[in-house]
Amino acid sequence: MFTALTNPEIARYSRHLLLPEIGVAGQLRLKNARVLIVGTGGLGAPLALYLAAAGVGTLGLVDFDFVEESNLQRQIIHSVRDVGRPKVASASDRIKAINPHIKVITHDTTLTGKNALEILRDYEVVADGTDNFQTRYLVNDACAMLGIPNVYGSIFQFEGQSSVFYAKEGPCYRCLFPEPPPPGLVPSCAEGGVLGVLPGIIGTIQATEVIKLIVGGKTPHAALPVGETEPDGGKPLIGRLLLFDAWRMQFRELKLTKDPRCPLCGENRTITGLIDYEQFCGLKKPETEKPVAKITATELKARLDRGDPLQIIDTREPHERAIVKFPTAKIIPLGQMTRRMNELDPAIDAVFICKIGQRSIFAIRALERAHYAGKMFNLQDGINAWAREVDKSLPTY
Amino acid sequence: MAITLLIPTALRSFTDRQSEVEVAAATVGDAVKALGAKYPDLNAHLFDDHGELRSFINLFVGDRKIEKPDGLTQPLADGETVMLVPAIAGGKPINNSQLKINN
Repeated sequence: MFTALTNPEIARYSRHLLLPEIGVAGQLRLKNARVLIVGTGGLGAPLALYLAAAGVGTLGLVDFDFVEESNLQRQIIHSVRDVGRPKVASASDRIKAINPHIKVITHDTTLTGKNALEILRDYEVVADGTDNFQTRYLVNDACAMLGIPNVYGSIFQFEGQSSVFYAKEGPCYRCLFPEPPPPGLVPSCAEGGVLGVLPGIIGTIQATEVIKLIVGGKTPHAALPVGETEPDGGKPLIGRLLLFDAWRMQFRELKLTKDPRCPLCGENRTITGLIDYEQFCGLKKPETEKPVAKITATELKARLDRGDPLQIIDTREPHERAIVKFPTAKIIPLGQMTRRMNELDPAIDAVFICKIGQRSIFAIRALERAHYAGKMFNLQDGINAWAREVDKSLPTY
Repeated sequence: MAITLLIPTALRSFTDRQSEVEVAAATVGDAVKALGAKYPDLNAHLFDDHGELRSFINLFVGDRKIEKPDGLTQPLADGETVMLVPAIAGGKPINNSQLKINN
């Protein structure tokens, strides 16, 4: 049953009611809609703020994480006083301050194959504001199985992507990307950085699409009360991928089609239930893979103090040295490693360093593939660990 | 034939930060191979162990997606542009425990 708009709501949503494309019927749909926002980070922040302001009646928030200081550069739903609090609690407070008319349901948990269908089935649109491939495939699959649209957004450095994956009417995420990249092959924002306003733009595009889907009656349970005229939901981003480059201020629109070979929504479906997404994303490695040798910051300090012959290779990008320099390191960014292999001396132990000890692993793997013969060690947890354990005067970033 | 490849930010650290790279190629597949040959450190990111283009990278000519593998033989005209669109996930770094490090 639809709940009608109250007089205070009519006053509040006046600027929507004045738009013939939304009007009373569209605002009623928003009021009676249930939207789940997965992730309350960079993308989830503008999504939650705008959908709350727009009067989406029930907003669900899923996040297991806590607010950190480095989040505040872009996650504008959280404040300084929220640092250390659960993100869903902080976001929920902010939403209620913006719009006391709406209901917020918090899911203070990690979305997994075990709980996803149970959580998602109570909503009619899902907005994907996650930060990892496992959850992206999980959200995509669960949405397709439940027949609900997945409003997708993703960001890296200056570039963003957005689309609406709605398997009923168009392609799903798997039609575009059948498989995720092997772990670490694509750098994360934690290593590569992200322009703070970028998730603001992409998250706002997602919020726009959520509103259009609801107003236009594209969601399940969208029947209107008798007598209301059907609103015009515009042209949703189904079957289109929007790419945005903030640094060049350029939008591009690419056409997407449903892949008949898609294992989830194609002609011969092989995925009929949720799977193990950690395994699918290659995060459970076969035991046969040769591990990378590691060295802790404290051990490295001891070896340096002993005067052991060592070559230390800083695999970070050149501009990162302005944040913190590692004494005596040779600079070879990850992207040039194989090409500059001959600058290394295989007779001397080599220690590879980066910010948090991940790019350095890929540098070692790249050199292994190129048949480098010397002994290689990874500085565990990177230069941030050196700053924490050895030289406390250095900053972490 | 001079073909321009548009490089996404996620892969630019392997192309000396270049956002556009010009190569000589007659087909879509050849253009990507030429890109890998020009930047060997990018090769492992573009192709898997069997030399197949990785499935997390899509290629677009104009606004049309190239369907792999058949589309890779699509001929290109001089001056055409091939855009690389990779899957990007966002912020979360992978746990080091998931990368299998020796203890």
